[in-house]
Amino acid sequence: MSNEWPLWEIFIRGQHGLNHRHVGSLHAPDAEMAVKHARDVYTRRNEGVSIWVVPSASITASSPSDKGPLFEPSNSKVYRHPTFFDIPEDVGKM
Amino acid sequence: MYAQMVKSEATTEAPELLAGFQARIDAGEKIEPKDWMPEGYRKTLIRQIGQHAHSEIVGQLPEGNWITRAPTLERKAILLAKVQDEAGHGLYLYCAAETLGVSRDELTEALLSGRMKYSSIFNYPTLNWADIGAVGWLVDGAAIMNQVPLQRTSFGPYSRAMIRICKEESFHQRQGYDIMMKMAQGTPEQKAMAQDALNRFWYPSLMMFGPSDKDSVHSAQSMAWKIKINTNDELRQKFVDQTVPQAEYLGLTIPDPELRWNEEKGGHDFSEPDWSEFFEVIKGNGPCNAERMEARQKAWDEGAWFREGLMAHARKRAAAKVAAE
Repeated sequence: MSNEWPLWEIFIRGQHGLNHRHVGSLHAPDAEMAVKHARDVYTRRNEGVSIWVVPSASITASSPSDKGPLFEPSNSKVYRHPTFFDIPEDVGKM
Repeated sequence: MYAQMVKSEATTEAPELLAGFQARIDAGEKIEPKDWMPEGYRKTLIRQIGQHAHSEIVGQLPEGNWITRAPTLERKAILLAKVQDEAGHGLYLYCAAETLGVSRDELTEALLSGRMKYSSIFNYPTLNWADIGAVGWLVDGAAIMNQVPLQRTSFGPYSRAMIRICKEESFHQRQGYDIMMKMAQGTPEQKAMAQDALNRFWYPSLMMFGPSDKDSVHSAQSMAWKIKINTNDELRQKFVDQTVPQAEYLGLTIPDPELRWNEEKGGHDFSEPDWSEFFEVIKGNGPCNAERMEARQKAWDEGAWFREGLMAHARKRAAAKVAAE
């Protein structure tokens, strides 16, 4: 059995109430150690107030070859953006 | 640089696939780990990022040498933080390399067996405190020259690691220059130590950029793939032009009688380092090669019980948790 520590993906929430954001990965034997390592590797300059660690093996990713079918349909739906609609200036701010 | 003389791997895929891949790079798209890529691109990147990571890790040794002997508690805390950063930089880069399908243990074993290299600069000794100033000022200064453009490299994980590293790296150069200022403004003996450190680190720092473009056979493919952004000579010239006024401010003399401003090219003329020395250091015959590898091997061997123990503990706990459910 390999003794290489498994890989974890690290997510950090910054100071200003934003979402946790993926910052990178690291190796650790278990979740508890992953949090400790993440503190040392990814928050040496006060970058975060909260850490999530997720085993990399638990992540399911979309496949690059599905890029077209997954994301192209939204290309043609420009009406989803507010700038699609012209509102006369007289109406005021909307 | 931290990655020197990285050999580009040949690639044998179908021309239309290669052309499509090149078009993505030319359009400025980032290549991500699961995207199709030529085998040569993958292998060259593993070698380059791996060498870069090894350099960060081995690079802790010459500076770690002075942590316990820093002249003040503040200098000690700063140096400790810098060396900890180097460990962090090594880890960011190892993870970027691992996205290409190589494992951390394979990378470590390749370093320890000598199949993978680290930067020639770390095979020079740090003899006194002024050397710690010179390393921060010159070695980290040279590294930044190369790392700033690499933030735009085509491989996404490498680019993101470089962005993190560059954010932290300028502290390293400044702390080195701060040490040099203190020494250069100190007693005549301290100033002489600063000059001596500059004398010894100047040419090894120039070597960090690798051999001259005319002798650099691996550049063309790597530049087309945007895993190398500038040529060795471009970066070396930039480094010299940046460093000369900094040395002048310190009142120190760069150990090169041929160094002078060339109005026509808008840069300095300077002497080449002794390339035969560079090739000897790369081959393993530098002043500290054996010592550095011994230290890495010792850390790896003596850490084995710890790595295995924590893993055994984690497995046991996971099994107990399953049993309890």
